[in-house]
Amino acid sequence: MTATIGVPPVVVAPRPQRRKFREHLTPRQMWGNAIVYAVLVVIGILYIYPFLIEIFTSFKTEADATANAISLVPPTWSTAAYQQLFVNSAFPTWFGNSVIVTVFVTAGRVFFDSIAGYALARLQFRGRGVIFAGLIAIMAVPSVVLLIPKFLVLNTIGLYNSYPGMILPLLVDAAGVFIMKNFFESIPASVEEQARIDGAGTFRTFWSVVLPMARPALVTIFILSFQGSWNELAQFIISANDPNLTTLTKGVASLASGQLGQANRYPLKLGAALIMTIPVAVLFFVFQRKIMNTSDGAVKE
Amino acid sequence: MTTLASRASSGRRHHDGINRGQARSGWLFTAPTLILLGLFLVIPIFMALWVSVSDWNGNGSPFTSAVNFVGLKNFGSVLAGDGLAEQNFGESLRNNAWYVILVVPLQTILSLFLAVMVNRQVLRGRGIFRTAFYFPSVTSSVAITVLWLFLFSQSGAINNVLSWVGINGPNWFNEPSGIIQDGLAGLGVKSGPVFLTGNSFLGVSWWDWIGGPSVAMTALIFMAIFTTSGTFMLLFIAALQNLSGEVQEAAMVDGANGWQRFRFVTLPQLRPTLFTVLTLGLIGGWQIFDQIYTGTQGGPAGTTTSPAYLSYSTAFQSQNWGQGAAIGFLVFIIIVLFTILQRFVLRDRKVSKRRMRLYQLKPKPQELPTGGDA
Repeated sequence: MTATIGVPPVVVAPRPQRRKFREHLTPRQMWGNAIVYAVLVVIGILYIYPFLIEIFTSFKTEADATANAISLVPPTWSTAAYQQLFVNSAFPTWFGNSVIVTVFVTAGRVFFDSIAGYALARLQFRGRGVIFAGLIAIMAVPSVVLLIPKFLVLNTIGLYNSYPGMILPLLVDAAGVFIMKNFFESIPASVEEQARIDGAGTFRTFWSVVLPMARPALVTIFILSFQGSWNELAQFIISANDPNLTTLTKGVASLASGQLGQANRYPLKLGAALIMTIPVAVLFFVFQRKIMNTSDGAVKE
Repeated sequence: MTTLASRASSGRRHHDGINRGQARSGWLFTAPTLILLGLFLVIPIFMALWVSVSDWNGNGSPFTSAVNFVGLKNFGSVLAGDGLAEQNFGESLRNNAWYVILVVPLQTILSLFLAVMVNRQVLRGRGIFRTAFYFPSVTSSVAITVLWLFLFSQSGAINNVLSWVGINGPNWFNEPSGIIQDGLAGLGVKSGPVFLTGNSFLGVSWWDWIGGPSVAMTALIFMAIFTTSGTFMLLFIAALQNLSGEVQEAAMVDGANGWQRFRFVTLPQLRPTLFTVLTLGLIGGWQIFDQIYTGTQGGPAGTTTSPAYLSYSTAFQSQNWGQGAAIGFLVFIIIVLFTILQRFVLRDRKVSKRRMRLYQLKPKPQELPTGGDA
């Protein structure tokens, strides 16, 4: 590293020059760096502290939570909120429903998105352009506009208050089809041609040759679908009113708006919010590298 | 293109067979997506169109002879009914307009700021900061709203912090007064001039239109900025990493300081991303629903309703389905109009003469290092 210093500046290429800047900071640059760090640390605390409050408050007693809203470590640890949630409420049912919906939606989207994306990227057939244009048009329709329409169709075809009614509308994922299509277009076509010459059918080629190569894009779809369906609220509001079909988002929302009639119950509510955050947090930390490095797949709707 | 080449090389008969096979699989592969899209997007939209011009009250099916066609009556009562429906819609528009006006610029500036800060070469621990800033974006809006209700409660963390500097914080989610009106009241202006309070648009007086978002809505605005800035930060980081370092270094050699390099070199190159972020922000901003459903149900005093939430509550709670569907279509029109407007404002313009002169003063491009090719 120090060797670059001896090189006359005329010959220095851009890259070593940048390194030189890093090692020889003027006092002004050092101050600048210190300020940047200070600003980032302050903002970082602002972003993380609310979640710390969430964690610690869920272990407080109700009186303590109201009286000391900003302190972290409770004077006496209490698991009353969690006992109430798991033993004396429908919380386990909500959790189970969210798991069911998320599993089916994620699996369904990964399969349907990749198969449709492959067809649009690789197969020559009449109508492809029309399908493509239709998908673009559909992506432009905002989802909240569709609340009443979706209810109408579920009600008409008799899927209201059923798992299929909660799951099927969420399998529609034009954006996911696009991600897969773009990915398949980036894979060289020669591999599949070889498979086809060897006599493999279109589905066989897709399933055992192309799909295994598409892992990065599949992971993106997996992350988006998991997060999207786990966090979905509006779709479950309009597709069911049976308490046995309540998902976590709907159930916790009903807790928050005080539909159980309690006054504050902050430890209970925050405990519920914390538990529903854990699966997506785990997903986030498992795929952190992937999420942070791609521009697509990062957009929260 | 590659398939075209391969097609030309293979025999004609063989090629026809492949084509037919491909057509069949093409439709087969896209069929699940197309059926679902048709069933849950296209058909429902036409059903809702019918409901929006009918007098269906939620009993039975909307497609029986008992339900009557009422023309544009539902749209009329929302837009010019001089009644509660019009006032509710006007209020929801005002609330959401203030939300968009504040959230979109603030989240864009904050996310760009965070991206530039976190993207600095010299910064150690960049990953930790990125994780911290992005984490709120992955959590569900319901969970964040629950947390927010606690943080912004009367004795909550926010008011605790405010009390350290001697401010007696409001009871955020129960305070319907507009923040601009509050500010004016602080200056002694308790009621607005008659020409503002006396005239109204969509059932809401002009004084209330310009009164700013309510204190409750302001808390939701903070929440939106908190949860979306991380997502948009990632978009900006991705764009920043695609910029070539050579242009930066050229500007550095030319003696541009940090701000000049950002303003005249980096920012113009970020234009496409800026456009994406603004568009996504605008579209998302007009769709607020989860936070309101979970947190405020439109209260206090209707100051946190949004058109999207109003559409839901009019239909599902008041059983006024025709009006609810009509509001839904109006939301769609609003979003389309704003997207077009924003496209127009941010369109590529000719560089003005004044700006041209600015560039001509800069050194000739031959002096740029071209190390990137090596």
